[in-house]
Amino acid sequence: MKKTILHKHHVSLGATMTEFAGYDMPLRYTSITEEHDFVRSKAGVFDVSHMGELYINGKEATAFVDYLFTNDVKSMNNKQVLYGMMCYPGGGVVDDLLVYKVNDESYILVVNASNIEKDFAWVVKNNKFDCVVSNESDLVSEIALQGPLAESILRTHTEYPLENLTFFTFDYMMIDGKEVLVSRTGYTGEDGFEIYGAAKDIETIFLALLLNRDDIAPCGLGARDTLRFEVALPLYGQELSKDITPLEAGLSFAVKLDAGDFIGKDALVKQKEDGLTRRIAGLEMIDKGILRHGYQVFDGDTLVGEITTGYKSPSTGETVALAMIDKPYDKLGTMLEVDIRGKRKKVKVRKKKFYSKHYKKEETK
Amino acid sequence: MSKVVDGLYYAATHEWVRVEGDYAFIGITDYAQDSLGEIVFVELPEVDDQLDKGEEFSTIESVKAASDILAPLTGTVVLINDELEDSPELINEDPYENWIVKVEMEDKSELNALLSASEYEESIE
Repeated sequence: MKKTILHKHHVSLGATMTEFAGYDMPLRYTSITEEHDFVRSKAGVFDVSHMGELYINGKEATAFVDYLFTNDVKSMNNKQVLYGMMCYPGGGVVDDLLVYKVNDESYILVVNASNIEKDFAWVVKNNKFDCVVSNESDLVSEIALQGPLAESILRTHTEYPLENLTFFTFDYMMIDGKEVLVSRTGYTGEDGFEIYGAAKDIETIFLALLLNRDDIAPCGLGARDTLRFEVALPLYGQELSKDITPLEAGLSFAVKLDAGDFIGKDALVKQKEDGLTRRIAGLEMIDKGILRHGYQVFDGDTLVGEITTGYKSPSTGETVALAMIDKPYDKLGTMLEVDIRGKRKKVKVRKKKFYSKHYKKEETK
Repeated sequence: MSKVVDGLYYAATHEWVRVEGDYAFIGITDYAQDSLGEIVFVELPEVDDQLDKGEEFSTIESVKAASDILAPLTGTVVLINDELEDSPELINEDPYENWIVKVEMEDKSELNALLSASEYEESIE
């Protein structure tokens, strides 16, 4: 199994480790709920060094990234970050990712760890532009500092005026004497930063952030998943896949069908015209039990969907799930049943944002 | 270091058995609750349900996952700990006090196949 630069620190912090995307990663250090609560109320720091970074450089970089990406790359400013997907021609998703625009001729794609090789091959295969693509994933380490105290904590590690680093922008700065790239992004629904740099520098910053403070906790993949789930952020392999389009996943805000051409656009335009046959909806448990990925959803004897992610929400205590539900059963308030180990349990369709995001600035759509 | 209590029988699958005459209380060990993490739901069997040695009789859900709990012996459920329905976290707080079911044992000789406290302690080291 692969290890990040922080692996030995996870072990010495007593983390319960788990395999994820070929990496030995921390699942939790104390408990998932405790770490979750730290990020909602104070701050947490995550090792996300397993994420992939693909660099695209060249005269036609803007045109190329725009052709790969569902969101509108041509409208991006330098040092802006944009969320979106790469799609197959049929509209299914290769991956969801962040695009960082350095300048017109230089972009960084930050992709899911489990998809790095696939994404790199996809980008290379579609590179009919004057561009060079390189996979820098093994050279770039990354941590995410998330939570309402993230800015005040990071201020004590840098002289950079962080108030100028607005939501979904990035800049290069010195943190604890190390030059790193910092974006005001994250995947928890809270304010925060993602910090990219050389392995040794990220190690220095990770240790410095945790030193002598009781308002920040190291957080594992367990809390990362419950946090993103509560604010209905999708996880590739669950709410998104090669068989699920961004429109079905409810991500049309990141799909600009009226901007330039991109791979998959024709299929998505057609799907929009024809109307969706299913979508990701929220479910709330009426009976007792916990909803889990893969459980089937029924209306009487009719199979109408499948749970993609489910938890007892640590923030609200409600037992809720994201599920791919056929129309018209996705209508708010519809009563359905879920098969849990052979027993039918009642659920109700509800809005899928189980918890409100607390970003420093609302995302411009 | 996980706690192991003397005088109980243990299954290699991390359940404990406390014998009172022909009856047995069954729960999960400290090692098991620690490995699972915070427990958010316990699916209990019903009174009069049959437990078959080695078969699943309850499911414990942690934040992250659902885990089957296997019957360490054969018997019939005579009591369920219904406090766990509303307070599943009691198992995290004291796994040896908070039993899951009380069963009437069918064959007490099945106890011989279970581990002693010291044998179990060795198995989890």
